[in-house]
Amino acid sequence: MDKIYSKIESISGNVITVKAKNVAYGELAEITTSFGTSLAEVIKLDRDMVSLQVFAGGRGVSTGDSVRFLGNPMRVSFSDNLLGRVFTGSGEPRDNGPALSENLITIAGPSFNPAKRIVPSKIVRTGIPMIDLFNTLVESQKLPIFSISGEPYNELLARIALQAEVDMIILGGMGLKYDDYLYFKETLEEGGALSRTIMYIHTASDPTVECLMVPDISLAVAEKFALQGKRVLVLLTDMTNFADAKKEISITQEQVPSNRGYPGDLYSQLASRYEKAVDIDGAGSITILAVTTMPGDDVTHPVPDNTGYITEGQYYLKGGRIEPFGSLSRLKQQVNAKTREDHRTIMDAMIKLYASYKDTLEKKSMGFSLSGWDEKLLKYGYLFESKMMNLSVNIPLEEALDEGWKMLAECFDKQETGIKTELIEKFWPKEG
Amino acid sequence: MSAKGKVSGVNGNMITVEVSDKIAMNEVGYVLSNGKRLKSEIIRINGDTAQMQIYEISGGIKVGDDVEFTGEMLAVELGPGLLGQIYDGLQNPLPELAARTGFFLEPGVYLDALDRQKKWAFTPVVGKGETVAAADTLGTVPEAAFTHRIMVPFSFLGEYTVDWIAPEGEYAVADKIAVIKDAGGNSHDLTMMFEWPVKRAVKCYSERLKPVKPMVTQVRLIDTFLPVALGGTFCIPGPFGAGKTVLQQTLSRHADVDIVIIAACGERAGEVVETLKEFPELTDPKTGRSLMERTVIIANTSSMPVASREASVYTAVTLAEYYRQMGLNVLLIADSTSRWAQAMREMSGRLEEIPGDEAFPAYLESTIAAFYERAGLVRLKDGSVGSVTIGGTVSPAGGNFDEPVTQATLKVVGAFLGLSRERSDARKYPAIHPLESWSKYKSLIPSSVTGYVYDVMRKSAEIDQMMKVVGEEGTSLEDFLIYLKGEYVDAVYFQQNSFDPVDAAVPTERQHRYFKLIVRIAAANLKFTEKDEARRWFAGLRLKTLDLNGTAYLSDEFLRIEKEIEAFVEERRDGYLPHSEAVLKAAEVK
Repeated sequence: MDKIYSKIESISGNVITVKAKNVAYGELAEITTSFGTSLAEVIKLDRDMVSLQVFAGGRGVSTGDSVRFLGNPMRVSFSDNLLGRVFTGSGEPRDNGPALSENLITIAGPSFNPAKRIVPSKIVRTGIPMIDLFNTLVESQKLPIFSISGEPYNELLARIALQAEVDMIILGGMGLKYDDYLYFKETLEEGGALSRTIMYIHTASDPTVECLMVPDISLAVAEKFALQGKRVLVLLTDMTNFADAKKEISITQEQVPSNRGYPGDLYSQLASRYEKAVDIDGAGSITILAVTTMPGDDVTHPVPDNTGYITEGQYYLKGGRIEPFGSLSRLKQQVNAKTREDHRTIMDAMIKLYASYKDTLEKKSMGFSLSGWDEKLLKYGYLFESKMMNLSVNIPLEEALDEGWKMLAECFDKQETGIKTELIEKFWPKEG
Repeated sequence: MSAKGKVSGVNGNMITVEVSDKIAMNEVGYVLSNGKRLKSEIIRINGDTAQMQIYEISGGIKVGDDVEFTGEMLAVELGPGLLGQIYDGLQNPLPELAARTGFFLEPGVYLDALDRQKKWAFTPVVGKGETVAAADTLGTVPEAAFTHRIMVPFSFLGEYTVDWIAPEGEYAVADKIAVIKDAGGNSHDLTMMFEWPVKRAVKCYSERLKPVKPMVTQVRLIDTFLPVALGGTFCIPGPFGAGKTVLQQTLSRHADVDIVIIAACGERAGEVVETLKEFPELTDPKTGRSLMERTVIIANTSSMPVASREASVYTAVTLAEYYRQMGLNVLLIADSTSRWAQAMREMSGRLEEIPGDEAFPAYLESTIAAFYERAGLVRLKDGSVGSVTIGGTVSPAGGNFDEPVTQATLKVVGAFLGLSRERSDARKYPAIHPLESWSKYKSLIPSSVTGYVYDVMRKSAEIDQMMKVVGEEGTSLEDFLIYLKGEYVDAVYFQQNSFDPVDAAVPTERQHRYFKLIVRIAAANLKFTEKDEARRWFAGLRLKTLDLNGTAYLSDEFLRIEKEIEAFVEERRDGYLPHSEAVLKAAEVK
């Protein structure tokens, strides 16, 4: 028997308080207002005072509205019927399809036992040299795309979604512009990928609290598919909006903020989501790519900073290109020894030379005279930027490696590259 | 009789409990919720209410749920069978947990830390009638490559008389192996295991000694320039992506110690898995056994409950202290202490304490200091010497070392291995900043010699800065050569390829031999007529030296390349630089 409470004691932001008994922490309730019904989640218990976070927001909630506790935590339907569908942050259909209520699963479940994980070992090829060659994406990796607003991060995400070799894609949109949502939908449709995609979309005009549910729902569903043996790629955009929603809620609850107003547990909150990325022994995997916009292009901002400590590297998107400096795939060492023997060497040598090129550019801009070596670097830098960094380049890894050798031979003498003699002998392009 | 109480509030992972019986600060209790027993710890007492942090997810707890107190503080089990294990922050064995609950860590499941079935070959070393005290050895069992001492529990104060001791034979950890009598004539049954509260340091030794002997890490930059002593402390702060993890893994693999304890505190689960899967395959050159047999992993990764993250570093250091009591050298690596500090901050926030800098609690510094002070080189009561070396990584927000955790740590450690984003961006690994880092310990190589090379490095960096302003043409050839020497030493000696099978670990002897070569080049008076020529020559030298780094020590190939390098240098060398006789002599270069 569900008891209905019809007196709301206090309303502050999106948080309401009612007097109730026998309520569990994390339980869901349904609140009926003059605008319709909304779900709410218990976020604090203090004797008989129960604080709830209202998904649709506190706006317009009256002290006389009724609250009914459902006796269960947040759940979402899980089945193959989800494929090709679009939902909101609270799991309601956003497309014209039917609401799903079969086989409900709890979201934000317990953490994966580290002893049951396996070492990631499979490359996810994307056809983008800056990823495949320099910072290889690995199955079960969690990687953010750091970028400032205005960069084509959603385009990059969509391209990876279309080209990456995975079984299915779950797209979690947080604070997405409506246009961006439509863009994703159309691109995936045109690319023929919609039927293997599930979308949980919170747009900028939806209530803040729903934004908070998006990663949990997306990852809970991904986890179930992975356990069934599917290789799932979860794309999240934009995690900074998620963190800002957390900030909003925690400030309303009068928590002591730690850094620029963000709650002290921001790291743990982000980590509990990202750590869902996993390669399961004898089953599938979850790979996470998450856009994190950096306010003011500041990587020391709490959101990208905490994210960087959690994730296994990051891609920096700057000026429409993936920057070689600062971009890092921590797991690349797991796979790039097995691709081709020159992979690691080319990767290191080309980046070191590109770094020297940057120094030369600085020198040049200050008006110093350039040595013969500097001229070589300038030529190299130009080639590198146009043939490797350019995001429109779409070639498989092996081709990119050959291209790298060609570039080196075109610009430098063998010993200037700092590459071991053994490899030079094998791969240095023969003249003519 | 242990106390009982009822839940009256829930806020995140903190609960408020009403209790009228006697309870103690840091006492452990269990919340009975939905048929589960959730472990928690008292962190504040006020009248009849206690606030407790829960070591689990708090979802599902209701006001009115029962709480049972245990009367004990959070403790770990000590005894044979710890080595090779992987525990969570509360010493639950994760593989056994996986066998029990499957892929996920179900809340409220706690297992024995030590295998109760396994038999150990016990040999008594004391006889009936002998007098013993806490930490005295009653007998031994072989564990992996070590002689594991079965000791009188550390909590036994005063003197006892051995009343009965088990004869040589096979026993399980919980079997009775001795009976001892206290001064009052009361008998105490002892087994091979006992418990010890994690937040109290083990002090059953006769004196603490000054750490002087270097702990060889086989990382050139550390051993030669920034050494760490056995029983000392060091920290590795660095922004994300600067290589903390790889460095930490290199240390846990190659450090010349008996036992390594890794506390993966609030970090990525994937990293633990790498260690877990790779260590059993690797051999410890010292014992010829698998590396896993000298390792204990405490894994409380970032998505596991925050409160047990706080406990995990204490669990780890307690295990380290336990093995130190056996006269062994133990290295504890805590990765990362910032996550531990953040766990404290989270709890402090929920307790609504007045926040200090960046909302960290006011007791942050004293807590960090107390943790590092548990390291140390000690002489045990039987005269043998053991050590606990603690290395903590720090993950400063924004990579800025001015933040509270880094600063509090720098005050108490003996070596600072600061990682720099600049170096990691340029793929210079290990990305320890050679000029900003420091160590108070003694190196393998006399400091007058390392100092000479350090000076070259420092000058080289200055000249590099200067060249950015005045350009290459404004720099004298002499200065330019110093700059090139510095760059060379950085590239071949400071940088080390931890993914190259040979270069990853450089033993002491090889470092000695190699460093002589480096000194000789640093002190050489090289003759060039123009800068481009010098640059090309150094590029060639660098290439040859890197080839040398990748060849097996004293192999034919190694000797050949070494000779080639010497000849290459001799061709250009015109004596040595002025004021270099002393250093050449100290470095034993002919």
